[in-house]
Amino acid sequence: MSILVDRDTRVICQGFTGRQGTFHSEQAIAYGTRMVGGVTPGKGGQRHLELPVFDTVADAVQEAGAEATMIYVPAAFAADAICEAADAGIELVVCITEGIPVQDMIRVKQYLAQGPTRLIGPNCPGIITPEACKVGIMPGYIHRRGRVGIVSRSGTLTYEAVKQTSDLGLGQSTCIGIGGDPIQGLDFVDCLRLFAEDPETEGVLLVGEIGGEAEEQAAAFIRESFDKPVAAYIAGATAPPGRRMGHAGAIIAGGQGTAAQKIAALRDAGAEIAASPAELGAAMARALG
Amino acid sequence: MNLHEFQAKALLRASGIAVPPGELITGVEDAGAAWARLDCETALIKAQVHSGGRGKAGGVVAVGSAREAEETASRLLGSRLITAQSGPEGLPVDQLLMEPAAAIDREFYFAMLVDRARASIVMVVSAEGGMDIETLARERPQAVVTLPIHPATGVMPFHGRRVARVFGLQGEPARAAGRLVQDAHRLFRSSDVQLLEINPLVLTADRQLLALDAKLAIDDSAAYRQREIFGLRDARQRHEAEERAHEHDLNYIRLDGDIGCMVNGAGLAMATMDLIQHHGGQPANFLDVGGGTTVERVAAAFKLILSDDAVRAVLVNIFGGIVRCDLIAEGIIAAIREVQVQVPVVVRLEGTNAEAGREALARSGLDILAAEDLDEAARAAVEAAA
Repeated sequence: MSILVDRDTRVICQGFTGRQGTFHSEQAIAYGTRMVGGVTPGKGGQRHLELPVFDTVADAVQEAGAEATMIYVPAAFAADAICEAADAGIELVVCITEGIPVQDMIRVKQYLAQGPTRLIGPNCPGIITPEACKVGIMPGYIHRRGRVGIVSRSGTLTYEAVKQTSDLGLGQSTCIGIGGDPIQGLDFVDCLRLFAEDPETEGVLLVGEIGGEAEEQAAAFIRESFDKPVAAYIAGATAPPGRRMGHAGAIIAGGQGTAAQKIAALRDAGAEIAASPAELGAAMARALG
Repeated sequence: MNLHEFQAKALLRASGIAVPPGELITGVEDAGAAWARLDCETALIKAQVHSGGRGKAGGVVAVGSAREAEETASRLLGSRLITAQSGPEGLPVDQLLMEPAAAIDREFYFAMLVDRARASIVMVVSAEGGMDIETLARERPQAVVTLPIHPATGVMPFHGRRVARVFGLQGEPARAAGRLVQDAHRLFRSSDVQLLEINPLVLTADRQLLALDAKLAIDDSAAYRQREIFGLRDARQRHEAEERAHEHDLNYIRLDGDIGCMVNGAGLAMATMDLIQHHGGQPANFLDVGGGTTVERVAAAFKLILSDDAVRAVLVNIFGGIVRCDLIAEGIIAAIREVQVQVPVVVRLEGTNAEAGREALARSGLDILAAEDLDEAARAAVEAAA
């Protein structure tokens, strides 16, 4: 088992024939992902990477049975691409694109609230169920199928968490990068709910960062209703207030969103705290006992 | 992107929001004529810098004659204003805004911003304007009211009535508050505003609502569709090195320590800073070269880090996912040769082709300390800087 994606998930790519879309579709196919085609408006009927190209996501759903999509279109077109996928009945939308205007995401979030479609991202590495399905830009080879669910707001820091859990022989059930933007799809709590239901996931490694309240909400959820062991790390303990640290969401404003507050909340909820980014795997191993 | 007060006020005025008449002064010789045009008893001259706390720092001066206006302009123009937020170097004062002093009856606080948790635009208002909103929210939270605006409906007439109620306004000023809410929201939506803050919004002695000070921040991600507004960018209000980083699409923030950092990915970059401090060192900067970085950007990043004289060691931490570590290693070698690096460089490469990258670094004959593990790398950098 795993969450959200497995070896049977039928995946398409929006922005399929572009440079990014092509490269990451090739990587996904090589990893074993069940890619069933892609969408590039105006290129419907062509073939690309030996797969069908569709004009619309609705066509891809109807003709190829697409269930999940990964989006690599430029930021100016990403809100449209996400909503088109939801409209076509895609269950899982993974939006890799970074730099989508915040006000576009307000509208997208509102639109998605009307239906069952789940969004991961934007501005995220994507989701991977090791040795089964890779939907995103993460390097597949560092992953090992195993016991730990990973959920993270970061990209390369997620890879660090993956590598450390792989090296310790723990492996991962599913890894999700939820992205660093202020307005996003799935959050920590959504992912924890899914991991709670997955028998293969024995514990969860949560990688957060400064800014916002998502980690505090996760801590409250863990305390009240999450029974599996949790390890956590929060990046940005040394970041100065008022400066935006790369991610649009990573800013300490008015004393809110500090690493110290988040760490205290997670520790109170029973999470094993990694004192440094070099101890992500070790903290997870301790939490699992 | 932040705008100057005079730029923000011009946008507010164009949206129908009342602001004081103002004169922009860019040279001492403008001051006398500006004073004459305003034709008032007392005017305020306000330094245009991207920082709050200007008043306390001496950046807002009341003047009562053409001569005083000229003297103040000559003193402020070309100076650097050091505020509580600006850092010790201060910010350059290149422009002044002169406005007639308003006869104030009451002061309010009005802001509009994006609430990430609600995924909507919210208004934050208070009948107690003029002071720092964060202090007010901490000391008297009941005095600060948050009003969400639903994305599907936008501003409704009741929003205006709520705001007027919070301000304690009736009659024409209450209706003016309703119009303010509509106008501010329209500007917010049409210009990809991230933060619109009017503090204070005042009720004048003659019952007008007037935006006495204004701050606007625009969403950087919307630059492609807000060309006109982004044309107003004042590069001099940012640190020179941060401005250069911006040109190379690098994310660089200068800090107070002595260990320069180059990392791919914002989260890993923050984590690397934390790890340096964990081992007793102090990071000199935050620098994210991007998740999918290139050789050219690595070289540009090196130059940026070394432009800081405080740097006594450099720690490079790259987790190559899509980027190949052997290419990154080439970039590092080229950059070190080109800029003649005089400080120790610790490099930790992990991920795709990391082994080949490490070999290339070893073969280069350069004085590079290659670390395999994250902890070891940070420790080595801290030792090298000591």
